[in-house]
Amino acid sequence: METLEILQITWFILIGILFAGYAVLDGFDLGIGSLLPILTKNDEKKVSVLFRSIGPVWDGNEVWLITAGGALFAAFPHAYATVFSGFYLALMLVLFGLILRAVSIEFFTLETENKGIWAKTFFIGSIIPSILFGVALGNVIMGVPLDASMEFTGNFFTLLRPFPLATGLLGFTAILMQGLTYTMLKTEGEIHDTAKVLAGKVWYGYIVMFLFAAVLSFISVTGSACNIIAWVAAALSLGSLFAAKMLIGKGEEFKAFLASSLAFISLWGIAGALQYPVLVRAINDPALSITAFNASSSQLTLSVMLGIALAGMPVVIGYSIYVYRVYRGKVK
Amino acid sequence: MDAVFLSRIQFALAAGFHFIFPPLTLGMGLLIVINETLYLKTDREIYKNISKFLVKIFALIFAIGVSTGIVLEFSFGTNWSTYSRMVGDIFGAPLAAEGILAFFLESVFIGVLLFGRDRVSKKVYWLSAFLVFFGSHLSGLWIIIANSWMQTPAGFVIEGGRAVLTDFFAAAVNYSTAQRFLHTIIGGWQSGALFLAGISAWYIIKKRDLDYAKPMLKISLLLFIVTSFLQFGTGHMHAVQVAKTQPIKMAAMEGLWDSKEGAPLSVFGFPVESEKKTYLEIGIPKLLSIMIYADPNAKVQGLNDFPEELHPPIFLTFQTYHVMIGLGGLFALMSAIGVFLLFRKKLYDTTWYLYLLLFTIPLPVIACEMGWMAAEIGRQPWAVYNVLKTADAASVVVPAWQVLLTIIMFTVIYSLLFVLFIKFLTQMIKKGPEEIIKTSGY
Repeated sequence: METLEILQITWFILIGILFAGYAVLDGFDLGIGSLLPILTKNDEKKVSVLFRSIGPVWDGNEVWLITAGGALFAAFPHAYATVFSGFYLALMLVLFGLILRAVSIEFFTLETENKGIWAKTFFIGSIIPSILFGVALGNVIMGVPLDASMEFTGNFFTLLRPFPLATGLLGFTAILMQGLTYTMLKTEGEIHDTAKVLAGKVWYGYIVMFLFAAVLSFISVTGSACNIIAWVAAALSLGSLFAAKMLIGKGEEFKAFLASSLAFISLWGIAGALQYPVLVRAINDPALSITAFNASSSQLTLSVMLGIALAGMPVVIGYSIYVYRVYRGKVK
Repeated sequence: MDAVFLSRIQFALAAGFHFIFPPLTLGMGLLIVINETLYLKTDREIYKNISKFLVKIFALIFAIGVSTGIVLEFSFGTNWSTYSRMVGDIFGAPLAAEGILAFFLESVFIGVLLFGRDRVSKKVYWLSAFLVFFGSHLSGLWIIIANSWMQTPAGFVIEGGRAVLTDFFAAAVNYSTAQRFLHTIIGGWQSGALFLAGISAWYIIKKRDLDYAKPMLKISLLLFIVTSFLQFGTGHMHAVQVAKTQPIKMAAMEGLWDSKEGAPLSVFGFPVESEKKTYLEIGIPKLLSIMIYADPNAKVQGLNDFPEELHPPIFLTFQTYHVMIGLGGLFALMSAIGVFLLFRKKLYDTTWYLYLLLFTIPLPVIACEMGWMAAEIGRQPWAVYNVLKTADAASVVVPAWQVLLTIIMFTVIYSLLFVLFIKFLTQMIKKGPEEIIKTSGY
């Protein structure tokens, strides 16, 4: 294999890792946001507890998205250009949500009269991206119409087909599970117990969506039924889910959170296995697909970026763990 | 209205609104580090308390800065996808590097800065403050690297219509990176300095929170005078670079139509593009030639030397540049008066000067905006100077009505954010440091 190819494959995997890291980490604060009205029943004291549980860390979590987006831009400019321009309105909705949630926590702190409004905006700002991320991913897996210059030729409604909607809901349940296991880990009393009950229900939703998306993938995604790595990842994901259920029952909250995270990461494993080496599938003609090999940056750019990522990310992970440890334990 | 035009409007809106906040983040970050360092060295509670107060304000500025910054990273793909395809090989890398090397640093440690004072040691807290400061400046560096490459591209070749990287270091540290970085950073420090000086002045006028206001005013004023004079140096370096590497931009900024030996430095004027003439021109003879080439009779190229289709919008480039320079002069004068009053021990009693500080709070941010506009508008019609025109850089698949829709969305959200920013900011200031530092987190 040539150096360029190795670099292209490496970056395909690294970008998957960055997005999976984002999903797992921002997943829990997105999940908490999406369940805020149910978990807190609009009680400001409870909102405050949940905000304190994510306040010190959510900013860093969101940087995983910024970095994944930047890395996609740097490593595979065509994939970045096609998806971001093709999914224009959907991504603008995501941005709307991200802006809203980024300021909500701060405004909630500062607001004196009607704090509740900022709990609502945090909810809206969280639930929109939580659903749309999975829809976007489902679309690039199933494929979208592309032309010879790699441009998206569908429209907004192209994005709303059954398979992408199913992956959207699957991703949403995964995010909810992240939020619930994190809530159990970080809180006690009423919120904790509400989260535990909810986790039991969401778990069934998760399994149903998982199976539903799997069945649809046999119809919508070419070759999915005989992709061995995807099967392994699916087994790992399901296994982790069952482990999570058991650990939640036993009150092993940290392990339950890890199991939920592993289930989510395995979902990314399935996506990666189904995709490789395709980044954006062309549904009209497989030859027009955008792949790691026809859409990448130059060998020099990929090498420089790899150096930066290998030097930088271990340090990032190191100090992130440190800061999580500073805030370990239940929020009072 | 076509989609390209609308995308320009949207980018101007998104970048312009976002750029209210980063300069303040840079300046306030520095002030927090200064106070934390003083606390670490002297162990005096007042510095810790000042820092606590500043951190609360910083949190608000940072939150809005982050939320509006994401929009820009998305924008290259959503609205400028042709640009992303053509130059992604070079332009994407600094954005990714910014995430990995800088943005993580500031965003993770701001968690400690905001909530961790009782959870970590004094030294670790200082280190966290420093890392937030350092991370935000490093972040600025990568963004300036990316933007400077658009101004003075280097380290690449064109292959099959795409820019391909040949030398990462040459692309990153191109002809304008260093000057533009220093100029932007110091603009941020000025913004933070006058921001805090103005707030402190208000407390002194109101005769309240004086224990805080006096040291805050002293520290910010000293920072203000240092940065205001340093800014002449960085501004000069940057202007010389523009004259040498982007001569059309310099001619537009100076409203210089005909090439001239011994060109004057323009102080005032109204350039009219259709008549190729600058009205009511006031200039200092030969100064432009002296400043660029250190030679009173050196020739400076005028706009008429270049084809009209390569002219940027002259009026806007000229005026934004001049407003920025005028404000720069004002800041130097103001800071000198302030330090003079400080040494004569009259500062706290000179009410007119305190009011002046209060009412000029937004001006350094406006100067930053003007400078940024001069740089970006002056680069037109190019997105990447001499490589790719802005008109050819937009997304081809996004219809105009969608961009119009999102312009409306951003206008509404950003107007609301601005109103809320002012509301919460004034609310915090009115409460005062004494009250603010008692309130914990959420």
